[in-house]
Amino acid sequence: MPYDNQRAYDRLIFELSSPDRLAFSLPASDVPVEPALAAVPAKYRRSQPAALPEVSELDVVRHYSRLSQMNYGVDTHFYPLGSCTMKYNPKINEDMARLSGFARLHPLAPPALAQGALQLMHDLAGMLAEIAGMDAVSLQPAAGAQGELAGVLMIRAYHEARGEKRTKVLIPDSAHGTNPASTALAGYEVIEVKSDAEGRVDLDDLQRHLGPDVAAFMITVPNTLGNFEPRVMEIGELCHAAGAQVYMDGANLNAILGITRPGDLGFDVCHFNLHKTFTTPHGGGGPGAGPVGVKAHLEPFLPAPVIVKGEDGYALDWKRPQSIGKLQAFWGNFGMHVRAYTYIRTMGADGLRAVSDNAVLNANYVMKRLEAQYDVAAPGPCMHECVLSARRQKKLGVSAMDVAKRLLDLGFYAPSTYFPLIVEEALMIEPTETESKETLDAFCEAMIRIAKEAETDPHAIHQAPVTTPVRRLDQTKAAREPNLRWRPTT
Amino acid sequence: MRYLPNTAQNQRAMLETIGVGDIEDLLVKIPAKARLARPLALPPALAESDLVRHMRGLAARNADADGFACFLGAGAYDHYVPSPINHMILRGEFFTAYTPYQPEASQGTLRTIYEYQTMIAELTGMDVANASIYDGGSSLAEACLMAASITGRTEVALAAGVNPLSRRVVETYVDGPGLKLRDVPSPEGVIDIDAARRVVGGKTAALVVQSPNFYGCLEDVAALAELAHAAGALVVVVADPVNLGVLEAPGRQGADIVVGEGQGLGVPLSFGGPYLGVFAAKNEFVRRMPGRLVGATVDLDGSRGFALTLQTREQHIRRAKATSNICTNVALCALMATIYLSTLGKQGLARVGELSTAKAHYAAERLGAIPGVGLRFAQPFFKEFTLKLPKSPERVAARLAKQHILAGLPLKTFDRKLADCLLVAVTERRTKEEIDQFADALAKAVA
Repeated sequence: MPYDNQRAYDRLIFELSSPDRLAFSLPASDVPVEPALAAVPAKYRRSQPAALPEVSELDVVRHYSRLSQMNYGVDTHFYPLGSCTMKYNPKINEDMARLSGFARLHPLAPPALAQGALQLMHDLAGMLAEIAGMDAVSLQPAAGAQGELAGVLMIRAYHEARGEKRTKVLIPDSAHGTNPASTALAGYEVIEVKSDAEGRVDLDDLQRHLGPDVAAFMITVPNTLGNFEPRVMEIGELCHAAGAQVYMDGANLNAILGITRPGDLGFDVCHFNLHKTFTTPHGGGGPGAGPVGVKAHLEPFLPAPVIVKGEDGYALDWKRPQSIGKLQAFWGNFGMHVRAYTYIRTMGADGLRAVSDNAVLNANYVMKRLEAQYDVAAPGPCMHECVLSARRQKKLGVSAMDVAKRLLDLGFYAPSTYFPLIVEEALMIEPTETESKETLDAFCEAMIRIAKEAETDPHAIHQAPVTTPVRRLDQTKAAREPNLRWRPTT
Repeated sequence: MRYLPNTAQNQRAMLETIGVGDIEDLLVKIPAKARLARPLALPPALAESDLVRHMRGLAARNADADGFACFLGAGAYDHYVPSPINHMILRGEFFTAYTPYQPEASQGTLRTIYEYQTMIAELTGMDVANASIYDGGSSLAEACLMAASITGRTEVALAAGVNPLSRRVVETYVDGPGLKLRDVPSPEGVIDIDAARRVVGGKTAALVVQSPNFYGCLEDVAALAELAHAAGALVVVVADPVNLGVLEAPGRQGADIVVGEGQGLGVPLSFGGPYLGVFAAKNEFVRRMPGRLVGATVDLDGSRGFALTLQTREQHIRRAKATSNICTNVALCALMATIYLSTLGKQGLARVGELSTAKAHYAAERLGAIPGVGLRFAQPFFKEFTLKLPKSPERVAARLAKQHILAGLPLKTFDRKLADCLLVAVTERRTKEEIDQFADALAKAVA
């Protein structure tokens, strides 16, 4: 086979395999092997060897190095993916997560021999509670969606403990898809509440739906149009008056650190995305961490075990009779807790406040610079992100997706597209505070250039991207003829 | 601040462009009465060298598997982690990317997930694997929900040998949908087939079997699958993929869905997470699966390319009717597993299994020969076994910890009937010397 240059590299690890090539280092056995294997009944032993690759260590390293070069990441590219807070992930976080005392600690080590880890979790939960203005935080949920599930289950347990049967949860039509999905999984009927053209909750519609059967209202703050919902406290009061709890999706917490707090805004529950606001890496799609914070009245329902500080040090408290139970087999994504803890201890209170100030400044700057070329979905000022619409470009035959693909050729990852669903041809741009003015200027110039190209040469935009390892993919074929695993004949 | 590049001059220029005088002018929509009037009460910021000292201090207070001989298992195992894994995952292009929404600029992540899906399908003997679930516990919970959705039935029969920590996750997840969990007893360490026949019936969506089970014993999955299928129920098998270099693929024993904790595939112990929820199923169920799926397709030029596919199952499209609420999964842990399985390969994974079972059998023999100590169950096992002690397992474990041996997991809090038992796991990393020291220390502790 010819040796491919990087642009043409199209191998899978299986296609590099050659019988008897090795990449591992395992010792010879210092105990008898055959009698042990013989003690495992033949019917339980593998009948056909697993067809795994047979490659050398350099094959592994070169292959995955080359695959990595087919990706854009924050380390290499501006990555303005709205709602995802693609900020810089500090390298020191990684060093700390790899200390033996953390990375090589078994989850079932006796608590007396895991005091450092338990202290870190206890203190991180306390710091997150302070940041959110909540009374207690559980670190157990593995990601935002699992934090939502935990939060909604706690709300359900709360109502049930009071002898109330409520069956519905209200969610704005601008919400992340996980909100209705998590709520349905928790056993509730989801009722969509309308937003007005600027993404604000339609209070009339909300009041129409509020009633004795409503368990909760769930809302993202700042909302998914990047705006702060000005009537958020009024909304909370309306819900509470109707006996409903209010849940804040904390995906956009990066906008408000040290400025305002979910607890002070009247929320009963909120979750955090440590992989967004608190710099744990996104990893190509996780692992994340989705701690959930609650006010005191919901504390009895927190996932078990709860980490407590007692006279003998830190311990796992399993005696939680009203707990909603466990969400993960162990205690949460501890490796992510170490990184978030490192970040918060690096930044301190002033640093975190500066994070949000600069995140808001950067987003408003981008919105201002682009408002002549693109329609702004909701009037500013925005918070940490702005939502533009490519509806003007669409009339010229250039969609939000076309804009996104063209950006890839100009050296930028794309904003989130077609979300929120209530904005036509949405381009959701979240610059984050870790990007410089120079980078933002370069991005804005690229966006302006695309708007001009839409007027002069839309056809060229339809061809984009041309600089990436592959061009636009046939998604229909992918879905109609699912090919989800490699086979030797293909 | 080293993570914030805007200088005061930059800020002024940007504010001027925006047309406001101060950042405060951008925050006007926030209700004044909810503004925080004080700085957050957080510990002071630390410079990097001070922070490292503080973190080392915390880390030093933990009994890690470098300083201690680790015989703890129960769902997390101290297996060998080849060096290239860490180097490769730390490449920023992998590490700092997100869900591959723009496939043209995410082919690296998409290809590794496609490789991962292929390897997991191959190991488990299933047709198709997803891109990952959070951990073994949540994977099992999702499998139970999926089985109920496929069969339209309302009960799930769980073997007593299913890891109780995972079982508690299942309890949380089935609460909303209102599924009923039924227990299948395992008085002798494995499922009692007659009892299983009594529990599994017309309402059973799935029989869940873990093998090797929580006690370390190997279950007769094929016989149980036959029993469940005869009742029209699906079979969910919980397997540790590391073992599948030696143990039979659950797919060839009749499994409909295979889940498991994939931590042993190169993922650090890290005090319980992030781990890797393995999830694989038969092709006929693919449109009911939770989580991301990557498929091969072609681009405009006809070149091979990869993309997220069958997304109409997922929450961002189907919302309240999605197969699962999962969004962010554990792609980086799946990448660790992919590099692990590439590095170990066909021969290495089998070797890990052989060494682990050899050491476990040697340890069982040495420890079981101590007067008063014995194996609790007379069943075949693989790399983990339940040891009956003549003295309190908690006290014995605490005593051995002083000699830097993490002897295993006392089972009292999981099953009162096993209050005199210790669950011992032995991976290929344990040496004969460590096992012998363990045996000597245990003999003294119970004498």
